[in-house]
Amino acid sequence: MTLSIKPPVKTVKRAAVELRQPGVLQKGYERLGLVGTAAAAVLLVIVLAAVSAPVLAPYDPDFPDLLAALGGPTAEHPLGTDALGRDILSRLMWGARVTLAGPGLVILLSTVVGTALALVAAWCGGRVDTVISWVLDILFAVPGIVFALISVAIWGPSLLTVVAGLAVAYVPYVARVVRGAALRERNLPYVSAAWLQGQSGVGITFTQILPNVQPIVIAQAVSSLGFAVIDLASVSFLGLGVQPPTADLGLMVKSGFDSVLRGHPGEAISAGVLIILIVWCVTVIGDRLTSTARSMR
Amino acid sequence: MGSYLLRRLGGLLLVLLVTSFIVFGLMYLAPGSPLAFVLGPRGGTPEQVAAVTAQYHFDDPFFVRYFRWLGDIVQGDLGHSIVYRQDVSALMSGRIGTTAALVSLSAVLIAVAGVGFGTLAALKSRWVDTVVSTLAAIGLSTPSFVVGVALISVFGVGLGWFPTFGVGSGGFDTLVHLILPAIALSVASAAYLARITKAAVNEERGREHVQTATVRGLAAGVIVRRHVLRNALIPITTVMGLTVATLIAGAVVVENVFALDGLGSLLVRAILQRDFAVVQAVILVLVVAFVVVNAIVDFLYTIIDPRIALGSRQ
Repeated sequence: MTLSIKPPVKTVKRAAVELRQPGVLQKGYERLGLVGTAAAAVLLVIVLAAVSAPVLAPYDPDFPDLLAALGGPTAEHPLGTDALGRDILSRLMWGARVTLAGPGLVILLSTVVGTALALVAAWCGGRVDTVISWVLDILFAVPGIVFALISVAIWGPSLLTVVAGLAVAYVPYVARVVRGAALRERNLPYVSAAWLQGQSGVGITFTQILPNVQPIVIAQAVSSLGFAVIDLASVSFLGLGVQPPTADLGLMVKSGFDSVLRGHPGEAISAGVLIILIVWCVTVIGDRLTSTARSMR
Repeated sequence: MGSYLLRRLGGLLLVLLVTSFIVFGLMYLAPGSPLAFVLGPRGGTPEQVAAVTAQYHFDDPFFVRYFRWLGDIVQGDLGHSIVYRQDVSALMSGRIGTTAALVSLSAVLIAVAGVGFGTLAALKSRWVDTVVSTLAAIGLSTPSFVVGVALISVFGVGLGWFPTFGVGSGGFDTLVHLILPAIALSVASAAYLARITKAAVNEERGREHVQTATVRGLAAGVIVRRHVLRNALIPITTVMGLTVATLIAGAVVVENVFALDGLGSLLVRAILQRDFAVVQAVILVLVVAFVVVNAIVDFLYTIIDPRIALGSRQ
């Protein structure tokens, strides 16, 4: 059971005549605000660094240089080296790839499935809606990380099994929000108008309802992404997700943890800070998108 | 009232039945013969295989095994651990207390810090609000294991104020051992609760009955306590309840950071060792706890706010 506090009804109408089409950047800024744009910029830098890791990373992330193990920041290793003498900066860049791609896949899968279920439930109503809502309620009854653990228990520890488990766990969160929004749209006159014009249910759902709930779908997806990053990193930290020697931020905190006990917190700090930064950026953007999507209603 | 409780209980049992079926069914699907886990990699003589198959009823049809398992669980028999060669209920009874203590201590911390800071942010100067909101945003973005590692590194290794692992020897010693884990488990939820509290208090403060109380000259403290906070309790309880429920799952991670011997670390070890009886039982207990806490919260609403009728969906 959730209690939603409805914002005061606001109808924001765009100016009727716009002489100049606003560019992508300007539109983005309007939706995100100052802090949101800053967060988006930081996230963009992290994503770019992660994507270009094969080119930009100064070292092979898996190359151990035992002579340089647990070194502090130097000119050669800007963030120092880990217990095996691997360059922390390079491992951060490679690790961010996994830490971003895994949750990205989780959200992609759960958003597609969740939105589809929600649209079907909202359009068909009646018994179909009852059954879908019932299934979602049961999925809600299990905490998200438990799905990941069940999946790992069955198919063994790996990134993909965790992604599969979490994707199921995030379906009800997407579906519940989208179903509510789609139900509101379904009862608006334009849907009846399209129905009278002879459009099919599938057609109306795709061409009329989906575009209108799309801001909410995206806002929900971005907001969930932050939680997915945390969940996936946590499972990797437990040793049940990404397996070493693959660089992953959760795993780096784990391997850095042993160095912390020996008085070298460098690896754990840098990986931990990067996780926090990623989640913070994603959450801020998600919050902004959510409030914009609400006010556009 | 009676019919509501009955319906609620029925729904609860239904959810538990379905989850138990899913947990059992999925484990049944797991690749690899369970015989291999019992007899080890080299297998056994045909007699041993037959004996183990008979002991664990591996030959029975799926539904027979499911209902036998369910029947055993209802009677308090959670199965037999293949790895520990011990009853699962014995394994769990020693550890459930640690998890329960960790979750309760965290819940107290979350309630105090979340409501406290949230109210401060709403009522004090804009400067306090900015600081609390920024801290809450960072807290929300921080995974519990990162907080845990940071706490161990600063307070355990660096300053040496707190022990870094284990549960201690009971009583006050255990409390000291559990403080850092509880903080690690609380940070994100406390941040979230502070946010919700701030929003709720701000909304209540604008209400007419609060204005009336102010105009009548009631003391500021009385207004906040009796008129603002009391009414803000509904969203706060919702979040608090959901939070305690998620703490049960969050404890899995924190227990592993601080090497606490609770249900969570038992679960992770059992998963790695493919000790399915333990995995099924612990997951089922976690889900039961999660569902029951949520049901209790739903029930608490009606006590906090008598306007909410039992069973109404608002």
